[in-house]
Amino acid sequence: MPIPDALPDTVFYAIAVIYALLIAASVIVAVMKRKQPGAVTEELSRRVTSWWFMITIFSVAIVTNRVVSTVFLGFVTFLAFKEYLSLIPTRRVDRVILLFAYWAIPAQFLFAHLNSYGLFLTFIPVWMFLFLPMAMTLMGKTEGFLRAVGTLSWGLMITVFALSHTAMLLAADKSVAGPAGGAGLLLFLVALTQFNDVAQFTWGRLFGKHKIAPQVSPKKTWEGFLGGLGSTVVGAAIAGPFLTPMPFYYAGVAGAIIAVAGFLGDITISSFKRDLGVKDSGGLIPGHGGILDRVDSLIYAAPVFYHAMHFFVFSGRI
Amino acid sequence: MKRVLQFLFFLFIVRPVLLVILGMNVRGREHLPEKGPAVLVANHNSHLDTLTLMALFPLKDLHRLRPAAAADYFLANRWLKWFALNIINIIPLARGGVRKNPLADLEAALDRNEILILFPEGSRGEPEQRAEFKRGVAYLAKARPDVPIYPVFMHGLGKALPRGSFILVPFNCDVFAGAAIKWTGDPQSFMGELELQMTELAEQGRFQPWE
Repeated sequence: MPIPDALPDTVFYAIAVIYALLIAASVIVAVMKRKQPGAVTEELSRRVTSWWFMITIFSVAIVTNRVVSTVFLGFVTFLAFKEYLSLIPTRRVDRVILLFAYWAIPAQFLFAHLNSYGLFLTFIPVWMFLFLPMAMTLMGKTEGFLRAVGTLSWGLMITVFALSHTAMLLAADKSVAGPAGGAGLLLFLVALTQFNDVAQFTWGRLFGKHKIAPQVSPKKTWEGFLGGLGSTVVGAAIAGPFLTPMPFYYAGVAGAIIAVAGFLGDITISSFKRDLGVKDSGGLIPGHGGILDRVDSLIYAAPVFYHAMHFFVFSGRI
Repeated sequence: MKRVLQFLFFLFIVRPVLLVILGMNVRGREHLPEKGPAVLVANHNSHLDTLTLMALFPLKDLHRLRPAAAADYFLANRWLKWFALNIINIIPLARGGVRKNPLADLEAALDRNEILILFPEGSRGEPEQRAEFKRGVAYLAKARPDVPIYPVFMHGLGKALPRGSFILVPFNCDVFAGAAIKWTGDPQSFMGELELQMTELAEQGRFQPWE
């Protein structure tokens, strides 16, 4: 029986490398925990355990087939959007409209799955953007209207629209997606975004001194940011030729784009949480917080990476 | 048969809905009783409250959980009555009746080592707004002074399915369980203690307005 859409071997090799890094991290954290037991190493250890779960779920979802992968990405987006709506103030009168906004998720991911660029790009920023305030107007309650429509539109953009770019990468046409297809591009983006988070955290912990955004994220430092950026550029240059259509030098630039966008996504979500007075967006992932805490970097990295790829690489400009 | 249906209903409907569509953030799970007799006391926002509290316990203990519910509402028609008595396993309470001891059925359940679920606010009231607790729970505590009373604060279910609505909208919900309290010796101080515990639990969260 022929296997439809068989994944290229490079995707499996990349996943093997990720697991090798994970094993290394687990060993290091286990040693740290033995040398200096305490709340800090306990927390690190919880984080690493959660990484095992997340990486395994993600790997299974992307190697199964493209439908499963897209449904998985849509489900993660649903969790992020739900977390967002649960944190912000909402109005009782808008319940049906919120339910309708949830239905934008399957629609948006269907457009992504079909690689229907025009619909994908206009559905939320044009159609939902116009429809939701109209529906709220018809509900007849004007008190709190601006806040309700503003927070809902921003939430839909920052979670559903931004994260749906992951599914759009997955759907990239074979002729432009490179040696590992859409799955390779998705893996490149997600693995490097998360790698950059961990690298920034580690460099920051080891050498961090000069605060980069003290009012929003007091723990973020220039040393962490630049260390993460350097590590991600190197990682991207190595992985790029296997997972993307880019030679190592362009892949390195893509790594830099991912690192900077990821950092901006991280502090943007921090700013949102700080405004609401919460430290974590939820309690779903032990050691990490909620879904939004985990995908915050991806929220910026996914659209920026996708559109950079679309403009420069898929179109053949470079 | 009844236990099997209840088990299947919670395994295939309640738990998946709570896990996937709603999403629960539980704090203080370690406070919850492992066995009866015990009383859970919670604020009431939604029909989902009872199902959520029941889902906090292992499936094998499901049949030991007994939510107290208003007879006039839940026994009103035969379908709801069958569901309430067999699947939810409620103890029906007559509201405003003239019976000698309105708490007799609850006391009997505690004597059978069951875990009662009570909503002393009475009805669900305005969603996501706490109403004053009625004092029935104090008389129950007085009648069974050794039984631990567990305060539980819930938030979010009233947004997902408020009174008067049949449309379920996904929202994460918070369930904060506190340490047990016991009968203090008089109703006034007992209700004060319970109120204090509930307020402390509620203050664990940062909740935005919902109106």
